[in-house]
Amino acid sequence: MILNFIYENIEFIYLIFLMVIVGIELISHVPSVLHTPLMSGANAIHGVVLIGAILVLGKAHSDDYFSLVLGFIGVVLGTLNVVGGFVVTDRMLEMFKKKDKGGKA
Amino acid sequence: MKKLISLETIALVMLVGLGASYMMDPTPERGLPIQEFFYLLGSIGFVVGLKMMGKPDTARRGNMLAAIGMVFAVVAALVFGKDGQALHNVPLIIGAIALGTVVGTMMAKRVQMTAMPQMVSLFNGMGGACAALIGLMEFHEMSAAFAGIESEIGQAVVAAALALTGASSALQTQLGIIYAGLIIGTVSFAGSMIAFGKLEGKIKDFALPGQQYVNLALLGTVLGLAAGHTLGYLEGSLWFYLVLVVAALYGILFVLPIGGADMPVVISLLNSFTGVAAACGGFLYDNNVMLMGGVLVGSAGTILTVVMCNAMNRSLTNVLLGKVGGASAAASASNSAGGSIRELQATDVAIMMKYASKVVVVPGYGLAVAQAQHVCHELELLLESEGVEVKYAIHPVAGRMPGHMNVLLAESNVEYDKLVEMEDINPEFATTDVVLVVGANDVVNPAAKTDPSSPIYGMPILDVENAKQVVVMKRSMKAGYAGIDNDLFYNSKCGMLFGDAKDSLQKLVSEVKSL
Repeated sequence: MILNFIYENIEFIYLIFLMVIVGIELISHVPSVLHTPLMSGANAIHGVVLIGAILVLGKAHSDDYFSLVLGFIGVVLGTLNVVGGFVVTDRMLEMFKKKDKGGKA
Repeated sequence: MKKLISLETIALVMLVGLGASYMMDPTPERGLPIQEFFYLLGSIGFVVGLKMMGKPDTARRGNMLAAIGMVFAVVAALVFGKDGQALHNVPLIIGAIALGTVVGTMMAKRVQMTAMPQMVSLFNGMGGACAALIGLMEFHEMSAAFAGIESEIGQAVVAAALALTGASSALQTQLGIIYAGLIIGTVSFAGSMIAFGKLEGKIKDFALPGQQYVNLALLGTVLGLAAGHTLGYLEGSLWFYLVLVVAALYGILFVLPIGGADMPVVISLLNSFTGVAAACGGFLYDNNVMLMGGVLVGSAGTILTVVMCNAMNRSLTNVLLGKVGGASAAASASNSAGGSIRELQATDVAIMMKYASKVVVVPGYGLAVAQAQHVCHELELLLESEGVEVKYAIHPVAGRMPGHMNVLLAESNVEYDKLVEMEDINPEFATTDVVLVVGANDVVNPAAKTDPSSPIYGMPILDVENAKQVVVMKRSMKAGYAGIDNDLFYNSKCGMLFGDAKDSLQKLVSEVKSL
């Protein structure tokens, strides 16, 4: 059963391993100054969960009020995560930009 | 660079495997070609964007790139639907996105720079809640479909038919993934809300006796119930909602005992949780961009958590068990250093600084709370005009998050190269006349070097006691976040200037001017 599961989802499993390695490599050598913006940026990226909310709301029947209401809330929350996350990160990084002339990392 | 090479080798092997798996199964479930292409662009935006965010000079563009990737991915989902079928309720979806965009932008624009950490926590909680809602709706749909079949034929027949066709195991997989997304999303949501409340100062540290065991039991209950339901040992949708409730309770109790100083670590961890929850959604919908984005944040977030722990010299286990920095640290506060302190007046400090040749400012969270970064910059300029050399010593965890202090000081236009990191400034203290500690405490506590029994023993600190004079600006003699006494205050070189950081700095500015 487990072998079968792995076989059926083999692409995903490869993809997951690859992304884990990429994620580790990306973060390992970052100056601590950038930890907060980086966390905030990663926070915005996982807002991609919004797509799931869009898809599930998009297949809800028009008389299924349970799904319509929850789906609507889901899309709003997901959008908050994405938009708020990116805007907050941009505001933080804006601070670095101005003063960055010739500064060290 | 041995490590790099081996990682690259692994990545190469993975890529070859991925290619091979496509050849074995050339028609996996996919969306329209153009949609998959957009998803690909989105994923590339995430990876390259995150990479660029790791360097100060490209960070802002990196964030922009990731945001553009997100737009591609969301538009592709919205326009092309799923598996080639268009979406229903599009006006409703667009309305929700519009509402979220307006509110999200307003919240993010209005928030004070000092309140940034709790804002990140809040947005993270929104993402977690979104993942949990997806699980809830998918389960609702699944059980509705089941109820339809069950009313026509007997349950046993359904089970037998499912077992025969092998659909049962596919359904089980689906239910398992729904559970994973629901549990992780709920824990992340509940935990983030508590973290938000704590950073806002609305929720106090709180620990039950033996809380670790309570938490473990709750976690076990959640996992046991979910596994039992997925594998068919438990029946009925009531279990599902019970898991939801217990997971939320676990999320709350998991964060409650953790001390405020450790909150960034917790937020970073919950951040990676939400990433994993998003990845579960990707798995559920065969959606590559969700899977990639989610796993990327899951792994990057975990590493970031570990790196943050290292910067504070804390082990992740101790953080999670709430040791030190939380309620449990109160006990160690009793072994106070004793001795007498020297209280200074603003005039004394102003004279000291004006006739010094080198002043180092050590900013801490007290400065951020008092919104004193602008006055601090004013004082810096004033002293510079008097010919005093002024620098800022930035401890890696000054403020509430790594890098938080840099952001705050940059906001008030302090020159980037005046912010000196700990390793570079420590040797300079010996030639410093006056160190001005503004609302910092634990990061200048010599106990970290001298007292092996201290909870912060081993944490790298700023060696301010090497300077000729140390002035500590504090509101009171209360202990810092780690809840421990600070020997530095009893040092003969050290004087205390009590009061709100902003008021005190303002007094200093006017005193220096009038001298």
